[in-house]
Amino acid sequence: MEYVSSDRMIRPAINATALKILIAGGFGVGKTTMVGSVSEIEPLRTEEQLTERSAGVDDVTGVERKRTTTVALDFGRITINTELILYLFGTPGQDRFWFMWDELAQGALGAIVLADTRRLASCFAAIDFFEERQVPFVVGVNCFDGSQAYTVDEVRAALDVDPFVPVLLCDVRQRASTKEVLTALLEHIMSITGHGRARRAVVDR
Amino acid sequence: MSGDDSAWFDEDAGPLARPYTFTRGRTHVDRNDLNMITLVVALRSHHGGELDHAHERILACCQNPISIAEVAAGADLPLGVVKVLLSDLIEQNYVLFRTGLASPSAAASPDTLLKVLDGIREL
Repeated sequence: MEYVSSDRMIRPAINATALKILIAGGFGVGKTTMVGSVSEIEPLRTEEQLTERSAGVDDVTGVERKRTTTVALDFGRITINTELILYLFGTPGQDRFWFMWDELAQGALGAIVLADTRRLASCFAAIDFFEERQVPFVVGVNCFDGSQAYTVDEVRAALDVDPFVPVLLCDVRQRASTKEVLTALLEHIMSITGHGRARRAVVDR
Repeated sequence: MSGDDSAWFDEDAGPLARPYTFTRGRTHVDRNDLNMITLVVALRSHHGGELDHAHERILACCQNPISIAEVAAGADLPLGVVKVLLSDLIEQNYVLFRTGLASPSAAASPDTLLKVLDGIREL
């Protein structure tokens, strides 16, 4: 894959502002592909070790020691200019533990929840996560083979997201398509912040 | 511990123990101002031998301003470990980090959002 900008490797200043957008969804839905479609670098992988706080999970076995789990994130970068850098983090799909990663949502500008209509339920957890933490998000319905079995309205109804949350069809392999979803997210964030914070809109449901 | 020595060979525990030997067991940093997108940069080149290998590895990754997530990916170490090592390097004035961005939401002013939007459109 070609990455966006071998010709525009801008070196950020140390006082640059770094922002992050999260891309979440079920396993194999195309999160890393989406990151790669707009990143100026080949997606990188970083890991965090999370300690499971609850002993409840292991209660049946009587084992109550804490478990440490390694959770990986794939991420890419878009250097807007020397003063502004946007990071896109693809959350791990299969691993339930990323929901404990508090730092992930902290300070995130917003999120994209990628949905696969063949396995819609696999993105419910991500939607809950962002709703709970009041992170503005849009839903991108990844159309893998170009055929779309469901309309946006059907997907929206199935996901039961708030009416103000944008739901779009996309093909994450295509840079133009990923740009559209990112644009929709930014516009969504701006519309929310223009009328009070996202949290208010969420609380008012 | 359960008292069962085989626990040490539990694959869940296996490779996880090692990175934290770099940090001499420290798993948390006192400072809460380092996050995965905090930008860091090496302040000076060091002379060989001053630092241990793990710190050198981190320092080598941040010769230009770079996020902590990228340092972790470059050094192939977990984020938590990298934060501990970076906080050492910051305390010893090897590394400078971007201050004052405690709340990234504060940084996302309408003007900033507009710049991001324009930047995405230009991709």
